[in-house]
Amino acid sequence: MNWSKYSAPLSFYPLAGKMVPWFSVLAALAIAVGLYIGLLVAPTDFQQGDSYRIIFVHVPAAWMSMFLYVVMAIWAGIGMGLKARLSFMMAQAIAPTGAMFTFLALLTGAMWGKPTWGAWWVWDARLTSELILLFQYAGVMLLRTSIDDLRRADRASGVLALVGVVNIPIIYFSVKWWNTLHQGASVSMTAAPKMATIMLTAMLLMTFGFWMYSIAVVLSRVRCVILERESQPAWGNPSAVSEVAEAR
Amino acid sequence: MNRPSLWEALRGVVRRDLLLAMRRRSDVAMSVFFLVIVASLFPLGVGPEPAVLKTIGAGVLWVAALLACLLSLGRVFTADYLDGVLEQMVLIAQPLPVLVVGKVFAHWIVSGLPVVLLSPLLGLQFGLNGEALGVLVLSLLLGTPTLSMIGAIGAALVLGVRGSGLLVALLVLPLYVPVLIFGAGAVTSSMAGIGGEANLSLLGACLVVSLFFSPWATAAALRIALE
Repeated sequence: MNWSKYSAPLSFYPLAGKMVPWFSVLAALAIAVGLYIGLLVAPTDFQQGDSYRIIFVHVPAAWMSMFLYVVMAIWAGIGMGLKARLSFMMAQAIAPTGAMFTFLALLTGAMWGKPTWGAWWVWDARLTSELILLFQYAGVMLLRTSIDDLRRADRASGVLALVGVVNIPIIYFSVKWWNTLHQGASVSMTAAPKMATIMLTAMLLMTFGFWMYSIAVVLSRVRCVILERESQPAWGNPSAVSEVAEAR
Repeated sequence: MNRPSLWEALRGVVRRDLLLAMRRRSDVAMSVFFLVIVASLFPLGVGPEPAVLKTIGAGVLWVAALLACLLSLGRVFTADYLDGVLEQMVLIAQPLPVLVVGKVFAHWIVSGLPVVLLSPLLGLQFGLNGEALGVLVLSLLLGTPTLSMIGAIGAALVLGVRGSGLLVALLVLPLYVPVLIFGAGAVTSSMAGIGGEANLSLLGACLVVSLFFSPWATAAALRIALE
């Protein structure tokens, strides 16, 4: 099987269309089970009460916000290295989802901070750097939309995305480097997690669900981007695309 | 025809940009006056209590320096972009990142150095004294070149884009935040008696990292803008 065939937007379009339902179903299942375990099965925390349950959304959203930024930058980098149009389209499709997760992480963080810290917002290192991440997503998207020439828009926002990757380790290690209000990581690759197994299960399920959600949404958005950009008369509408793809 | 060495090329770019800036002194004066005015607005807005001014002084001066640098970013490449000099710079045999370093250095001399030199005076307005003033100058001396370096990337990315003045602020300001935190932090921690060395070292690290990466990123952005 020739995988490089799918680097052409024309042949990727139907493939993405086939993948979207699978990832959507997986996302819905994982998020539903994760929320069930997180909200109903997991025990109440003895210090924070029920308000801790927001972490089942907050932590996966924060992970995704950082992870998606790196993925976006990698796609942009591949696009610039290999001059592949589809890579830039992927980078373009990822940005809004990443920004959404960043906003979600900030919002749920504020909702958790009010009962626990007593403040909606504190100028703590991790909160501030996550806010900067939101600005960076905004910058990448704004730069793309304000350049009319598509080729230039792709590459310019790609350079910006790559430059902004500097911020990701800063966010990730901020709680270690600056000993501020936000607590350190409870889950890490190298040590046993400092939380009950049932809570960990819920959180990992939610993370998996958010992953699947991101893939499903990015794929459907990249389909729109392909249609928007490659709107040649021959295959300007979706039905024509699938006809062309089937004919091959 | 013998090719000028890297060093000569770098010096040539710096000399040319400085000469151009000296022919239009009002441009330079503008960003300096901007800094002074912004810094003077705060005591009027916040109220003239010395204790308050002393606590916010370092932060206000740093933010003012950041904005002054931001406003002058348009001058780094725009004129050369419009009259075609930039295209020649991309085409000649000298490596573009080296020429970028020259242009950014000239930009720092014109817009960053006046800020550094003026800062003790403005610091006095906010009641900073002795060691804190010294740390303020040192932090700006280490920080403003970083601002110019990072700003050059943004300036190159928005060349010829509509609404570029506002856009460059949105692109560059998030990247300026670490410099602002360490810079203002150095002054505040030296006033608190724990010494500004840690923050100053971090500022130095920022400078080194930006010196290393920014010329390449800027050169890539310029090539994208010109193709």
